[in-house]
Amino acid sequence: MVVKQLSVFLENTPGRLRAVTSVLAENNINIRALTLADTSDFGVLRLIVDKPEMAVIILKEKNFTVKLADVIAVEMDDTPGGLDNVLEVLDAREVNIEYMYAFMGAKPKKALVIFRVDKLEEAVESLKAKGIRLIVTEEEAADLIYYCWD
Amino acid sequence: MYWNEKYECLSRDELKQLQLERLKQTLERAYHNVNHYRNTMQAAEVEPRDLNTLEDLQKFPFTKKQDLRDNYPYGMFAVNLSEVVRIHSSSGTTGKPTVVGYTRNDINNWSELMARSLMNAGVQKEDVIQNAYGYGLFTGGLGVHYGAEKIGASIIPISGGNTKRQVMIMKDYGSTIITCTPSYALFIAEVIEEMGLGPEDFKLKAGIFGAEPWSENMRNEIEQRLGILAIDIYGLSEIIGPGVAVECKYKNGLHVMEDHFIVEIIDPETGEVLLPGERGELVFTSLTKEALPIIRYRTGDISRLIVEECECGRTSVKIGRIEGRTDDMLIIRGVNVFPSQIEHVLLEIGETEPHYLLVVDRVGNLDVLEVQVEVSEKMFSDEVRQLEVLSKRIRNEIESVLGVSVTVKLVEPKKIARSEGKAKRVIDKRKI
Repeated sequence: MVVKQLSVFLENTPGRLRAVTSVLAENNINIRALTLADTSDFGVLRLIVDKPEMAVIILKEKNFTVKLADVIAVEMDDTPGGLDNVLEVLDAREVNIEYMYAFMGAKPKKALVIFRVDKLEEAVESLKAKGIRLIVTEEEAADLIYYCWD
Repeated sequence: MYWNEKYECLSRDELKQLQLERLKQTLERAYHNVNHYRNTMQAAEVEPRDLNTLEDLQKFPFTKKQDLRDNYPYGMFAVNLSEVVRIHSSSGTTGKPTVVGYTRNDINNWSELMARSLMNAGVQKEDVIQNAYGYGLFTGGLGVHYGAEKIGASIIPISGGNTKRQVMIMKDYGSTIITCTPSYALFIAEVIEEMGLGPEDFKLKAGIFGAEPWSENMRNEIEQRLGILAIDIYGLSEIIGPGVAVECKYKNGLHVMEDHFIVEIIDPETGEVLLPGERGELVFTSLTKEALPIIRYRTGDISRLIVEECECGRTSVKIGRIEGRTDDMLIIRGVNVFPSQIEHVLLEIGETEPHYLLVVDRVGNLDVLEVQVEVSEKMFSDEVRQLEVLSKRIRNEIESVLGVSVTVKLVEPKKIARSEGKAKRVIDKRKI
């Protein structure tokens, strides 16, 4: 029901992001989605990859601080109001969104949003109840961010 | 210009005779009234009567800061509390504070030493002294205060901080002498310039600066920017406070108040007494203190003895500038900072790695301390907000322990170099 997301602590200095992507490249790990949150001193890189558990192990070997977190991946219509519909559902249950990032999926007219929320179970439950599609099955995941579901 | 020509210019022979008499009394007082001294002397198999010459002092055991802490608060006092008229203490940031007491005589002696010190810098009865040393438990403020009153000069007990007001008062009240830490003097100079003022707007003629190490370059800068004579003063509360040693106008070493203290330079590793000119740790023994006699106190400050005739006519031995510390203590804006204090805070917080690095620099004229902390898995969060909260929490806790503002920088794990032996905890980029 949820997707595993990696986060990596990065100092805000040249070459640090590359250090992560090099490790992933060497180990043939594919990045499906990513976002970088930054402050003046440091950044947090959040990644959805095809082999999250393996990615954690190899990044830790390279001394990175890495964490796995459960996030939800929601498929929504790539039309005006698409995101608003999803947020309305979460809003109704007073689910707080810690952060989110969106990208285009492989399916036409569909977009994908990753949410990190405070009340994971309630979010999943309410979205499902409203018929909003979460990435749950292998086939769906293959279309969008395959291998990354739980 | 002497405050007390007789003692400041005593012949070496007379001085040594006086020292020997006073040292005997001090050892007796310490031995009979302070359990700690009796125990350490017995352990070292010496007694006050074993002292026949000044050189015999070398047989007596050292006193360390830890001894004062172990006997917190009053265990090192050689008189009843009813005889104590003043209590000062360190901030206690590295553990228990060190408590020091003064009898009426001790305060009079200290005032005498400060009167001498101020006069060395040219202070006269007519002067207006702006005393920007902190008042309170710290000995700087009240030390200068009493010395100034002894001379009969006018003192403005303004204490530190509120710099624009300092400048206004300095200008309006016509202060002729400023007393503060050298870095604060430079900060005042900066504010004066920002306010569009210059030395010509003030009546300042000299400053007496201490409580932190400073360099000849810094002196030149202070002298130029404030248009004054800048004099170095040395002291620490365990010995008496400021006024243990002070420069004269020739600015070539600090005259030690030898009729009240014996100074030794030792090899900090072996404890062996070194020759004049050799660099080592400053060790002081008090000769007149009643409340808190101090025997061979290891200051941790690195300096050397200068034995030469001084143009000023004072006969005392001089010490060179403080060149460093034997321990890892840092002095940040006049405040003693030990890396172990920061380590303690990090361990208390519990979510951080015990690996940290202190980077000290001087930006403008103020010391800045950056604490680099490795981000552990435990403290790491994919939410930036939480990391910022943690970073702020570390900062607040360190600041409340040190009493100095710091910046906290979260760094990646293993970023801070590990070493086989003593960890390198400090990078001091200051050019003093």
